[in-house]
Amino acid sequence: MENESRAHGLDFEAPIVELENRISELRSFSESSEIDLSGQLEELEKKCEEKKKAIYTHLNPWQRVQIARHPQRPLTSDYIKGFVSDFLELHGDGAYRDDPAIVTGLGRIRGRKVMIVGHRKGRTNPEKVACNFGMPHPEGYRKAMKKMRLAEKFNIPIISFINTAGAFPGIEAEERGQAFVVAKNLQGMASLRVPVIAIVIGEGGSGGAIGIGVADRILMLENSYYSVISPEGCAAILWKDASHAPRAAEILKLTSSDLSRFGIVDEVITEPVGGAHREHREMLQRVEETILRHLDEITDIDPDLRKEQRFRKYMDIGRFADQQEQTLEDRG
Amino acid sequence: MSEKQGEPRPNRRRDVPSGLWMRCSGCSKMIYRNLVVERGNVCPECSFHFPISSDERIRLLCDPETFDEQFKELAPADPLQFEARRTYRERLDETQKKTGLLDACLVGLAEIGEVPVVFGVSDSRFLMGSMGSVVGEKIARGIEMAREQNRPFIFVSGSGGGARMDEGMFSLMQMAKTSAAIQRLHEAGGLFVSILTNPTMGGAMASFAALGDVIIAEPKALIGFAGPNVIKQTINAELPSGFQSSEFNLEHGFIDQVVDRQQMRSTLIRILAYFCQEA
Repeated sequence: MENESRAHGLDFEAPIVELENRISELRSFSESSEIDLSGQLEELEKKCEEKKKAIYTHLNPWQRVQIARHPQRPLTSDYIKGFVSDFLELHGDGAYRDDPAIVTGLGRIRGRKVMIVGHRKGRTNPEKVACNFGMPHPEGYRKAMKKMRLAEKFNIPIISFINTAGAFPGIEAEERGQAFVVAKNLQGMASLRVPVIAIVIGEGGSGGAIGIGVADRILMLENSYYSVISPEGCAAILWKDASHAPRAAEILKLTSSDLSRFGIVDEVITEPVGGAHREHREMLQRVEETILRHLDEITDIDPDLRKEQRFRKYMDIGRFADQQEQTLEDRG
Repeated sequence: MSEKQGEPRPNRRRDVPSGLWMRCSGCSKMIYRNLVVERGNVCPECSFHFPISSDERIRLLCDPETFDEQFKELAPADPLQFEARRTYRERLDETQKKTGLLDACLVGLAEIGEVPVVFGVSDSRFLMGSMGSVVGEKIARGIEMAREQNRPFIFVSGSGGGARMDEGMFSLMQMAKTSAAIQRLHEAGGLFVSILTNPTMGGAMASFAALGDVIIAEPKALIGFAGPNVIKQTINAELPSGFQSSEFNLEHGFIDQVVDRQQMRSTLIRILAYFCQEA
């Protein structure tokens, strides 16, 4: 996988990727020729770490968007494989069709029962196509809500992994009521008495993201993004040109640090230096621990109070001015 | 959830122009202006529904002199310091001056057929009726007021923008906020009648507007999630005629009725009387 990761290197990562390549060449040469190059290797590795740190501590929003979309970034399926034991996938929305763009199922995290809900993007090309690149149709949202209601019935906490460019914009999606199912999920998730934790692990694409994202705790990976519109879509509107996406990413304030500052996101999960795609194991461990810590904090709250607190949490989001009727004398 | 994606059909949006005669945006026929106004700004030839202001909508639906606006002190802030070609602040100032509105919706207490209600309406003249913090807050507070005072909640939506881009994630979160408020009203047994006008798209449609106990649309309104242009570009194909229209949504089972503007008030009165009277 490391080799693959290099093949997918992003532009701004080029100096890191180059060093990583040299290290790996040197190492294999050292191994095959049985010459001890540990001194040089150590030096190169140190240099590589420094480079990573230098680049990754000064990422701009557009670079973070690119990392959030990195093909080697851990996906919902990686987190499930990594720390959800006894995972039993539960398919289907009970109405139309099983949408592969959303995965749902039962499992345990360190012995504790959880209901998993998450966007599924797929890793290989055939998988990606099968999952519609993680862009759900209405049946996907309906499936998620059906499983969340099951969790509610048996008092099982819900963990939602968010990673989508958006709900799919297509003819059939509209015919089957994309707007209506997203709305029903927003309402449905507000009705839940069980704990709900949502984690943006990559892309938080607008309505398609929040459609499984109403939660007691909203967490975000450091290099994920969460936005009302994609940077490309925003650029197309503002400058009639999607190639201005980097500028759009800047002004949309879609990074984890922006949203943490706004009080919209409860916690940012720091990524290993060099991004989650370089250190899956470390990333998975951090996410697992953060989930457990938040579960501990909210599990013992009275269910009705928890629901009430979730309601208050959302009621409190919004920034406006309170003008005591001064501006407009002409309104009759 | 773009601001442009909800271009209403059949033509670009046009307020009723001044002058004795005017050309209909729907059928392109020359029509007598007074007749159009008399019919609630509906074309007498083809029934094209021209967009109307929030004030006109209140006059059309509420009992005379009963609308008592609430939360009118709420004004938009600029939490992102959003700046593209022009700043959000500039656009707000200009739109406020032009429309006399602070933001894109009005909410108040009113009576309809003598039934006390909480009535809200979005105004598409204000940044395409899009939902930012103020719109979300007014709607959520209005729904809470309806619950507390045991009144039905009536909201007339019209937003091509959906969630307002200029307020970023604050706007997206208004979807969850308004939907959560609807859930509380629902649990309290309150009635919500959602009225959809051209266009209701994106974040507005994918939240409170879709959650009416009864959902009614004006004819030929554009109603949906993704804008037609976005869909066209995504799938690289032409869209079927009538796609995402009120009638399309009725046919696919998402709304309860398509009702002409002139029958809207009497329809509302019937619904309110049915749900709000004992016998």
